[in-house]
Amino acid sequence: MKRRTLINILLYAILIAFAIFYLLPIYLMVLTGVKSINQVDLKTMWSLPTSGLHIENFISGFKQLAPNLKNSLIMVIPEAILSSLLGSLNGYLLSKWKFRGSNLIFTLILFGMFIPYQSILIPLVKFIQFLGLYGDIPGLIFVHIVYGIPITTLIFRNYYAGIGTEILEAGRIDGASLLGLYRYIMFPLSAPSFAVVIIWQFTQAWNEFLFAVILTNQAHWPVTVALNNLAGSQLVQWNVLMAATLLAALPTLLVYLFLGRYFVRGLMAGALKG
Amino acid sequence: MFRKFTLSVPRLILAIFLMLLGAIFISILSKTQLVIFGKNLTSIGILASGLLFYSGILALIAMFESETVLSIALLAPSILAIAIFVYGFIGWSIRVSLSKWKGLNPDYTWAGLQQFHDLFVNNPRFLIDIRNTGMFTVGFILGCLVIGLGLAILLDQKLKGENIFRGIFLFPMSISFIATGVIWGWLMNPAVGNRITGINLIFKYLGLNSLISLWHSTPQPWGMAFTIIPAIWQLSGFTMALYMGGMRSISEDLREAAKVDGASEFQIYQYIILPMLQPVTLSAVIILAHMSLKIFDLIVALGNKAISLDVPGIYMWTTTFDGANYGQGAAIGVLMLISVAILVIPYLVQNMRSENEL
Repeated sequence: MKRRTLINILLYAILIAFAIFYLLPIYLMVLTGVKSINQVDLKTMWSLPTSGLHIENFISGFKQLAPNLKNSLIMVIPEAILSSLLGSLNGYLLSKWKFRGSNLIFTLILFGMFIPYQSILIPLVKFIQFLGLYGDIPGLIFVHIVYGIPITTLIFRNYYAGIGTEILEAGRIDGASLLGLYRYIMFPLSAPSFAVVIIWQFTQAWNEFLFAVILTNQAHWPVTVALNNLAGSQLVQWNVLMAATLLAALPTLLVYLFLGRYFVRGLMAGALKG
Repeated sequence: MFRKFTLSVPRLILAIFLMLLGAIFISILSKTQLVIFGKNLTSIGILASGLLFYSGILALIAMFESETVLSIALLAPSILAIAIFVYGFIGWSIRVSLSKWKGLNPDYTWAGLQQFHDLFVNNPRFLIDIRNTGMFTVGFILGCLVIGLGLAILLDQKLKGENIFRGIFLFPMSISFIATGVIWGWLMNPAVGNRITGINLIFKYLGLNSLISLWHSTPQPWGMAFTIIPAIWQLSGFTMALYMGGMRSISEDLREAAKVDGASEFQIYQYIILPMLQPVTLSAVIILAHMSLKIFDLIVALGNKAISLDVPGIYMWTTTFDGANYGQGAAIGVLMLISVAILVIPYLVQNMRSENEL
């Protein structure tokens, strides 16, 4: 028994060491974010604030990023809702209405989530320009929905595959059609999967950088592009930058904190059956 | 599957109404512009009207055709979108990569494999990119696998607080690569002497002066090796979660049986759990490798486009959109695609086969 306790202490020590490694950057962000400017001297980077908490860094960071936070928000909400509806329909059809070649089509759709987007970027820019959507947020929403089809379809398809066909057959006997079965049986059962997909798409689109930097102009930059730009400028003070980074990461961090279960399920679905 | 054809007058009227409405909107939008909140959304409007028209067709199909046809028809818009935006655009990119296009005006003059030749011969920057990607990929995958498996085994010991630790190890996945790059850029500050800061400062406090490092500013080629640290910080928890999923699927009975047979805790891992986790390792390697082959945002935020930390994703971006060298940019994109496809296609095909057997 003694030996077991010793081992446990050792295991906890390792786990705590790793936890410190993972939390260190967050600690630094919060710590630096609440320090006053004459306290963010490089030498005292790790010391606790001595002249009280300075929330004004967050206000200043928020002022710099507010338009971009707004851009991200108005991009992400319609994107997450529309792409989850589309994924739900696709997932239902590809799991419950299999036809010859439907697995092949599904695999061809899935390939779209692995491609490096650099390999479609030039045609994409030209096409979005042709549609007159270049530079603004609707174009970015459209692009996120299209390239979100593979993952949203995958998550819903796997979820629906786990629902037995008996319930559909029962609905069938009651005379429901293909869409009736979806409307009255599958859709009401889909709430957990909608939670997973909406949260996943929200996080992905919020954190995405490549499409955002290529397809939007400065007035419509989402927060990732603005943050990268802020970090690259020499003028910004360090404490403000840290506060801004925390603000930019906060929405997805909060989603993780409160709805982590669903986020992790989306994460695991991306690994196919792994 | 086949239903008897049933004519329903209200449905027929609905179908015709939807088609008419869609057609009317399309004809209006082809002449004028749709502006909402000051944004020109004409093309979105045309798309929506097209879908309205198509839903009328769907209503007709639902009446006259089998449900298999209806299900394919319902899938058609998504299939079409993927066909255009994935496969069509890949084909278009390949065509651009075989052209001489340089400058803002499209130029599809045939150049054969010249763009690829230019990248591999006499282009030191692309060779740096290949070396950097190779170094990053190997270090990143090994680091994530070792740490991920280690943490999964630790959390498999049924200690109290398991959920809290798992939550802490996984949270970096919810943050953007850009934010990660910005934070770690400050932690891995290379300044020395009076301006020493970041992790180096901690090393100094602890008297570990030999560990003080220039981090990713280390001269080539080793600077790239340090960009692996934030990448592992972000994705080792994900790898851990993959392994934990794999371990959970190993039945408790099997472990118990081994224990009854006198196997030690260590032997259970060595002979039972680890061999059974091999498929998880394979999935993890493929997913991590495809991420590292297209790594982009993290390096942008960390390296600020420094050549010593260049990767193909950044080169493609700068050569295309800053340098207007579209042919070259497309060639880099195509090479990135090939490297990912070699890895992912066998995985997808195998995944499809195993499904077909079910």
